[in-house]
Amino acid sequence: MSHHEESVVVWFESYWPGLKNEVGGKASSLGEMTNAGLPVPPGFAVTTTAYRHAHDAGDLDAMIAHYLHRLDITDTDMVHERCHAIRERVRAVAIPTEVESQIRHAYEELCRRTNSVDVPVAVRSSATSEDSPDASFAGEHDTYLWIRGADDVVDAVRRCWASLFTDRATCYREEMGYEHRSVEMCVVVQKMVHPKSAGVAFTLDPTNGDRSQIAIDSSWGFGEAVVAGEVTPDNYLIDKVMFDITKRVVSAKTHEYVLTDDDHVRKVETPEDRVLQPSLTDAEIKGIARLAKTAEQHYGSPQDIEWAVDADLPEGENVILLQSRPETVWSKKGPKTVVSPGAKAGDFMSSIVSTLMSPLHTKSD
Amino acid sequence: MAEGFPRPSEIETPAGAEGWQELYSYSGVFSPERSEYEDSMFWFQDGVHWPKALLPWDAALMEMAIIGLSQYNTRHLLVPPANGIDFRIVNGYCYLSPVPAPEADIPMRAEHFTQRAGHYFMNWNELYDNWLIKIRDLVKELESLDFEALPDIEDLEVVTSGRGTGSGGEIQANYFKLLNAASTLWQYHFEFLNLGYAAYLDFFGFCKTAFPGISDLAIAKMVAGVEVDLFRPDEELKRLAKMAVDTGITDAFKKGDVEGTCEALRATGSAGEAWISSFQQAAEPWFNFSTGSGFSSQDKIWIENVEIPFDFIGDYIKNLQSGGDIARPTEAITAERDRIVNEYTALLASDEDREAFAGKLGLARVVFPYVENHNFYVEHWSHSVIWRKMKSLGAVFAKAGFFNEPEDIFMLKRHEVPDALFDLYHSWAAPAPARGPSYWPKIIERRKEILAALNAWKASPALGTPPEVVTEPFTIMLWGITSDSIANWLGGGESEDGTLKGMMASGGVAEGPARVIFGPDQINEVQEGEILVAPLTAPSWAPIFGKILATVTDTGGMMSHAAIVCREYGLPAVTGTGFATSLIKTGQRIRVDGSSGTVTILD
Repeated sequence: MSHHEESVVVWFESYWPGLKNEVGGKASSLGEMTNAGLPVPPGFAVTTTAYRHAHDAGDLDAMIAHYLHRLDITDTDMVHERCHAIRERVRAVAIPTEVESQIRHAYEELCRRTNSVDVPVAVRSSATSEDSPDASFAGEHDTYLWIRGADDVVDAVRRCWASLFTDRATCYREEMGYEHRSVEMCVVVQKMVHPKSAGVAFTLDPTNGDRSQIAIDSSWGFGEAVVAGEVTPDNYLIDKVMFDITKRVVSAKTHEYVLTDDDHVRKVETPEDRVLQPSLTDAEIKGIARLAKTAEQHYGSPQDIEWAVDADLPEGENVILLQSRPETVWSKKGPKTVVSPGAKAGDFMSSIVSTLMSPLHTKSD
Repeated sequence: MAEGFPRPSEIETPAGAEGWQELYSYSGVFSPERSEYEDSMFWFQDGVHWPKALLPWDAALMEMAIIGLSQYNTRHLLVPPANGIDFRIVNGYCYLSPVPAPEADIPMRAEHFTQRAGHYFMNWNELYDNWLIKIRDLVKELESLDFEALPDIEDLEVVTSGRGTGSGGEIQANYFKLLNAASTLWQYHFEFLNLGYAAYLDFFGFCKTAFPGISDLAIAKMVAGVEVDLFRPDEELKRLAKMAVDTGITDAFKKGDVEGTCEALRATGSAGEAWISSFQQAAEPWFNFSTGSGFSSQDKIWIENVEIPFDFIGDYIKNLQSGGDIARPTEAITAERDRIVNEYTALLASDEDREAFAGKLGLARVVFPYVENHNFYVEHWSHSVIWRKMKSLGAVFAKAGFFNEPEDIFMLKRHEVPDALFDLYHSWAAPAPARGPSYWPKIIERRKEILAALNAWKASPALGTPPEVVTEPFTIMLWGITSDSIANWLGGGESEDGTLKGMMASGGVAEGPARVIFGPDQINEVQEGEILVAPLTAPSWAPIFGKILATVTDTGGMMSHAAIVCREYGLPAVTGTGFATSLIKTGQRIRVDGSSGTVTILD
């Protein structure tokens, strides 16, 4: 498929704003973040084009019209029964071979990129609507975690399509008078994060509000241990401008959350040899700092981010942003100025004298 | 390790160095009469300028330097918290002790300082332009001092001109003129230096208040100049290397020795002739460049040892021929400096802060060229001329049988030289046998033995009682003496995990085999891809910075000349580790982190 408009699959890094309608809100925000240097877990969108092809090939319009004929949205039993029937049929729809093979190829490519056999992915719906710019009901749709293997991925894609016809979403469209056809479903297939290490980062020094620093807390495995304060994490400070690592405190990380063979996350004791081992390499520390700095620039204010270093991704691409939100503690206190507001500039000699008088602020630790 | 440093009165004379005190001024050595005061003070060894035992005459320039610093702090500018610096020579090594100003005097001093320093800051560019004229005039004056063997018969012109004085009086007078010029030189040196540091510190303090975590290095990078006279000698080498490549005369440099190379250059015709004349033009003044700190008569000077610049040029030619790029990326350096300034500016909390930041940075940049450039004019150029003139005086004595060789002049104390000159003058005038030829050679021989014994002594980094906290600004800036470095010395330098701590002189991380050298004579042992470990480095080592990965020194602070040059060449550097040359062995793999000031021995 050479033409953008006809792509069945759009990788996050190939996203551009012209594709917004084809990939839906969730996928476009993942694409935007990837392009802004905020790497989310890698993946791709199965576009509305794929949905449309399947939809047309399976003649779903007629089927849907049949079930929704004279639907009484106040009759919950009726709604439930009919929507269930629609979903069953969508889940069984035969996807045109050409379309399905592209989805399978994309998943295989993701396995190759992550150097994994049957890489576990999250499959999420991302609805678009011509009628409603606010596709907020997209949140009603389903998400499937820890999906492994091309067959299951294709099946999960169909289930996401089917989730367009949840009882609530169907009633909402009926009530608003929206054409069911006007809503299309894109599906996001994204690698499940498999953290070697994970944690949080602030784009200022939380101990003193110093905006020239980036602070990182890091521990082994999933970030739960750090977020919940269950371990004393390794702590790093990086200068935001010079990108020097100015402080490292490696702590005893007694526990970690790891992935079990059956795709569950479990808290275990950290093997002895890794308890006191730094949970990040210098390259990873700088990668996280770069990510945090980019997030701050992108969102225009100090950020508090969650990140992970993915064990399956190659070095240089393995630092992943999980969440970014505005920092609140220091931001609430307001700007910490050196010169008091309204002070007259000028008297440089008194400043020089007081500099010479006070003990130097040279490094003291 | 002990809790404190040895008291000065506890220091013993090394075997074979008995009577070493005779090599130096009576006032410059520790003395029983002052032991109560001396034991109560804190003395740190200045290995930055005097890494080896001082020669008797070389001590003169040390004394003038320290007096120059002191008089400006104390009597001219009245730096509020800091008086001058006291010095002592112990077993040949120079120890310094900052003298704080009395607490009660500080308000009065602050008032004077504001007026006096303020005048300099307000008129800096004009005063600095004038300084450059003064220093060039002083060099001219030094160059004009002739020391030649006394003539059997004065020229007729001496008589007919009615001058009334002759060569004997003149050679005495010239020696005193040289001493006066050296004294003037060191007063000029400190006319600006500490003011430069003060403005720098003001910007520094602002940055540390706005950004508590900002590194010293980041601040230094924002202030550093791009076109700096101190780097000019290296720039000239590069230019000459490029000229040789561009004009196709590089084969001449395969000869290996200066004479052969020059012969081959001349044989190429006009291109070679042009190159030689271009070299000669660059040499004055830029190759008046010492391989050491400039404070030792024994360090080699490029212009007198042209094989040194020739070798460096040869290396640069090879580098160019193998496709290397030896040009300093000045545009990239400027762009990076702008980026750093812009990013920190954007992170400031208010427009008032941004205005103050810009103002202080502006002043720091006005004053900083002096801090960077004076070193060439004073320690390298002027000192080179002083050493040359003293050697020519030494040659006069050697010819008269006082010395075995001209360099023996440096075995005399500065005030012994007039005595010897009088002896020479008298024996010439009478004529009558001088005592010098039977007197000085024995003394000089003994002094050489003493110096050899002193050089084998390992100087303690400090003596006496450490202060609770080091606050004297210039001690920290120039020598890198902080409360931390003192604690580090007391701990023997190395932590449990094989890591040495020092100053974060220049950022970046490098890992590689160490090359430990103890002076400029060993500089040609340094191989491509090694990490240089030395007691200290000199700006004139810059040409080898292209082939090493990082630098580690025993001594020196953020503003030591080594640190300035390393930053300029983008080389990770940790200075002031105290013990690197004794703890690290050549060939060991080490990791240098200039951003955290640590050196780790990996083997």
